[in-house]
Amino acid sequence: MLYRENGQFKVSYRADSAVFPIRQDRVAIALILLLAFVVVPGLASEYLFRAILIPFLILSLAALGLNVLVGYCGQISLGTGAFMAVGAYAAYNFQVRIEGMPLIASLLLGGLSATAVGVLFGIPSLRIKGLYLAVATLAAQFFCDWAFLRIAWFTNNSPSGNVSVSNLQVLGVAIETPVQKYLFCLSLVVVFAVLTKNLVRSAIGREWMAMRDMDVAAAVIGIRPVYAKLSAFAVSSFIVGVAGALWGFVHLGSWEPAAFSIDRSFQLLFMVIIGGLGSVMGAFFGAAFIIILPILLSQLPHWLGIPIATETSSHLEFMVFGALIVFFLIKEPHGLARLWSTAKEKLRLWPFPH
Amino acid sequence: MMTKRLKSLALMVAVAAAGFATVATEALAQSKEQFFPVLVYRTGAYAPNGTPWANGYVDYLKLVNAKGGMNGVKISYEECETGYATDRSVECYERLKGKGATLFQPLSTGATFALTEKAPGDKIPLITAGYGRSESQDGGIFKWNFPLLGTYWVAADVLLQHVAKKEGGWDKLKGKKVALVYHDSPYGKEPIPLLQERSKLHGFELQLLPVTAPGVEQKATWLQVRQSRPDYVFLWGWGVMNSTALKEAQATGYPRDKMYGVWWAGAEPDVKDVGDGAKGYSAVTIQHGAEPQAKVVQEVLAQVHGKGQGTGPKDEVGQVLYMRGMLSAMLGVEGVKRAQERFGKGKVMNGEQVRWGLENLALDQKKLDALGFAGVMRPVSTSCADHMGSSWARVHSWDGKKWNFVGDWYEADEQIIKPMVKSTAERYAAEKKLTRRTPEDCQS
Repeated sequence: MLYRENGQFKVSYRADSAVFPIRQDRVAIALILLLAFVVVPGLASEYLFRAILIPFLILSLAALGLNVLVGYCGQISLGTGAFMAVGAYAAYNFQVRIEGMPLIASLLLGGLSATAVGVLFGIPSLRIKGLYLAVATLAAQFFCDWAFLRIAWFTNNSPSGNVSVSNLQVLGVAIETPVQKYLFCLSLVVVFAVLTKNLVRSAIGREWMAMRDMDVAAAVIGIRPVYAKLSAFAVSSFIVGVAGALWGFVHLGSWEPAAFSIDRSFQLLFMVIIGGLGSVMGAFFGAAFIIILPILLSQLPHWLGIPIATETSSHLEFMVFGALIVFFLIKEPHGLARLWSTAKEKLRLWPFPH
Repeated sequence: MMTKRLKSLALMVAVAAAGFATVATEALAQSKEQFFPVLVYRTGAYAPNGTPWANGYVDYLKLVNAKGGMNGVKISYEECETGYATDRSVECYERLKGKGATLFQPLSTGATFALTEKAPGDKIPLITAGYGRSESQDGGIFKWNFPLLGTYWVAADVLLQHVAKKEGGWDKLKGKKVALVYHDSPYGKEPIPLLQERSKLHGFELQLLPVTAPGVEQKATWLQVRQSRPDYVFLWGWGVMNSTALKEAQATGYPRDKMYGVWWAGAEPDVKDVGDGAKGYSAVTIQHGAEPQAKVVQEVLAQVHGKGQGTGPKDEVGQVLYMRGMLSAMLGVEGVKRAQERFGKGKVMNGEQVRWGLENLALDQKKLDALGFAGVMRPVSTSCADHMGSSWARVHSWDGKKWNFVGDWYEADEQIIKPMVKSTAERYAAEKKLTRRTPEDCQS
């Protein structure tokens, strides 16, 4: 009923290859963007910005980056936390060591440093794949944890190993209030989401997907595995690195290597799997599920006015959250994004879905 | 099918309505009560140590309410579970801040670092009693941080003083070897600058042995201890790491009476399971130890636990970490009371007023006696320049059943710590482009 498409004809190749070929989708996206950019900043509370929306946006970005690698190119990675850390610490070093370094430039340079490290740790993917590759990328995680804990140079010789940044500004505009931070993150996330969406629709995206689906066949039709796999690692690490820098700079403000521990890698991998492999939207769904849901669950007893001990509420949160993960993966192994597109199909010609 | 959907819809609406109703009543109740946010961890790897602290903290707030509040102002509080994770701590901070928070006690060095960046903007003071950033003692730069009663530099300095006294003087430390087995996080690294300073001064060798969080994997570390045979081992652990270290020491054959813990490594949960194996192990304390005889403990037992409102098991009341929770809560409450003396008794104080109260804290012996803390701690007095207030500490030792004090009170050496605090704080200020507070700002 909602997706009644009669009357929408595509008369050019351009129209046929649009990102959102159906008018309803274009309207929905425009509305969502309007909501995110105009309505939310006016309505949301500081708590919502600082504790929910900003972390959600940044981790969506990281999940987007990981999805390029895992979802589109089929290379399993457990080193996402490490690449985030590289982005954050590199951006920190650019910011601290170069006087007058613009924030955007240091974020992007942080991303580029993560690209370099990502490609380096992506080299084993040329020989090994699947679970073996996961273990190899795990090495990246352990190596970076070690490096940022032990090599004092990275933390600008901070005695406690903790680094912090402040006085963020872009083109003379301070990024201080929660709304400014939110809008800054939102803009970056939108830019990266659009770029990624286009990238995965382009020739290189198709190469990644061919690699994912069957690498031998892809090589036979002339796709160079070296190029395809390493470019996926590069693009993925770049996005993840920028997300890491944002996590440190904008969300935490002060961080230690534990902020990018192996737990973060797992968290992001779960986001991608639950959200939907190989889907830009899946990254957002996954981040919402993993970030926002536990927080809501932990507050639910309080909202309902049920007096419950803190530890019981915390245990309940884990149980319900775990049960939900199992439920969703049984109901829809392809993730929340797939669930959403099934719903869309059902709405196409309701009550005659196909 | 349809009715089922309707039912679930109705349920959702009801749930949402109930939620709004509670939020609304809370907003009404807030106006007459001073709200104390409580960041705790009752789950996760550090729960055995986090729980008694939280119980003590909450019980003290209950006791204050039972005694009529702070000059008539009752305390409301809410716990938020952090699991010792920095990002969850930040989330809790943001959540509880919106409810009119008086002050925060993050109970984690990592969270302290993150919140140090946020507190000045929000104008909420942070009490980090016995932890946090050592340089935040300098109130001229860290306006909102209060590492009351002691920092890790104080702890390290006192431990070295104790060891030096045992050896018979500082000069006897020359050529000795001290190993620091530490939790590999900002928490564990905090004492290193002071230990290095002292090692340069007195010529002992410092060996650094990091242990990855949460600290159950220590085999390699203790192999190094076995090889290098240090004269003393300082233990900078928390949670499971402490008991693991003691068991490893037992397995390695390292004498426990040469092991000294920081005050977070010297409580009942750390040694209870090791039992006799921990006999002779000592730890520095933030003034207090286990104080089951203290008057305030008796009051909690009578007025809170006695009325069935106690938090946690009754037999843990008065234990080391429980006492630390009580002491931390007391410092916050006294900060509010001190602020009331200036800004109006019987009123609810805001963050800025409480900050003034904490900066002008003057707990003399008379006040401590009245509060029931006689013998538990020494007087504390803070100022604009000194946000720590006191740098006295004692050492206690585990006899297999309970903690007993050994030796006297020690005061950390200002000659060593003061210049370090100043230079580190200035470095922080330079990085952040902050200027030192003016004398007028100190008056405000």
